[in-house]
Amino acid sequence: MALELFLDMFSQPCRSVYMFAKKNNIPVEVRTISLMNGEHFSEEFGKVNPIRKVPALKDGDFSMGESIAMMQYMAEKFKTPDHWYPADLQKRARVNEYLCWQPMGIRLHGSKIFWLKLMLPSVFKIEVPKEKMEGALEDLDSSLKLIEDTFIQDRAFIAGEQISMADLVAVVEIMQPFAAGVDVFKDRPKLLAWKERVVQAVGKELFDEAHESILNAQEAVKLIDSSKMEAFRPRVIRLML
Amino acid sequence: MELYLDLCSQPCRSVFLVAKALNIPFDFKHVDLSAGQNYSEEFGKINIMRKVPVMKDADFILTESTAILDYMVQKHRGPTHWFPSELQPRARVNEYLSWQHTNLRTTGSKVFLLKVVFPMMMGCDAPKEKMDAAMDGLNESLSLLENYFLQDKPFIIGNQISVADVVAIAEVMQPVGSGVDVFVGRPKLCVWRDRVKAQLGEELFKEAHEVIMKISDLTQNIDKTALEMMKPKFQKMFS
Repeated sequence: MALELFLDMFSQPCRSVYMFAKKNNIPVEVRTISLMNGEHFSEEFGKVNPIRKVPALKDGDFSMGESIAMMQYMAEKFKTPDHWYPADLQKRARVNEYLCWQPMGIRLHGSKIFWLKLMLPSVFKIEVPKEKMEGALEDLDSSLKLIEDTFIQDRAFIAGEQISMADLVAVVEIMQPFAAGVDVFKDRPKLLAWKERVVQAVGKELFDEAHESILNAQEAVKLIDSSKMEAFRPRVIRLML
Repeated sequence: MELYLDLCSQPCRSVFLVAKALNIPFDFKHVDLSAGQNYSEEFGKINIMRKVPVMKDADFILTESTAILDYMVQKHRGPTHWFPSELQPRARVNEYLSWQHTNLRTTGSKVFLLKVVFPMMMGCDAPKEKMDAAMDGLNESLSLLENYFLQDKPFIIGNQISVADVVAIAEVMQPVGSGVDVFVGRPKLCVWRDRVKAQLGEELFKEAHEVIMKISDLTQNIDKTALEMMKPKFQKMFS
């Protein structure tokens, strides 16, 4: 039986897992879990991942969450090409370094922009205070600068001459605020050039397929039934504002 | 190998504990965060992001504790239970290490920051609703640690300790150091803590946690110039 992947392509980590699996021709069955429709709260999904987050993976009796751990699992099980997660100690360390930095380093900031620019006004009808937005944009800006100056530098990709998991994880996070209408590539030719290399290495068709929903987010959020999301309002306000 | 550490910091403690547990020889380079030593020109050459821990192995410099842990265990080839080579136990370690960044690490740090750092930077105690929200977050993380990651197992991967348990205990001890006894009402967590202590050795555990358990001494004697330098950053964080 093929490995099952439980994904919502609105979610950055779901996109990296999807691209990794498809690029490596890993036999997977993709099961869509719509977060907006609360499908992660179903009894069935709770058995796959009691933490109720996506992405999740089910391989026979074995289930797990956490996109990076999932990609590491798939890399090992299906013996994907070395460059994705190199065996060499120092090359691997560079990939790990990025993967460890990124949750607080970029994921947090890119996600916040997505919520402040798009989700809060469109779905929750909350007007975001100017200084909160400016602060969030500043944080994003600092992160993008660090990615360019520290993690990419003059290299083709984060770990060197070839793409790795680190680049997949990076690009999906950068695409999130981009999808919310922030031109993250403006005045950042290095970042743009790196992104183009990632798209080429993954394959444009696969990259575009993975990003189709999120790039349509500005339209899609208008169709969300706000009343279904009311229960999340206090938590969203606490986390985002 | 050099390890740049401040044992106030949870990720520094995990790196310290694993290096010692594996008998990896290293030079302990103390970077005193409370004195702002991470902002020194010298440390900036080691890590431009000015964070600890940092590992320097000959010319190779590596940041991020979980990356350092993987590197150390791979290089020094200690007992494999620290970072298992079998697919599924390894996946469980990776799953924990990934989850904890934005869960226990974040929620435990938040409680610590509000209890210890907020009063120093803002001149008063943290507002009750902020503290309550932080405690809710921490409680949620601890419940997940107990009910999802540990369940009925002695350690996160099963019968043997791994780096996941070390990373977890270092984070759990942070709010403890700030005076929040997270073990009250959590017998499962207590038993797991005692197992981890026994595996690491009581003396080593105590050595790693000495600074954080006496954090009030440190904050009372904090260097005033360093404090003034750090205030803007923390005031922005707390506002």
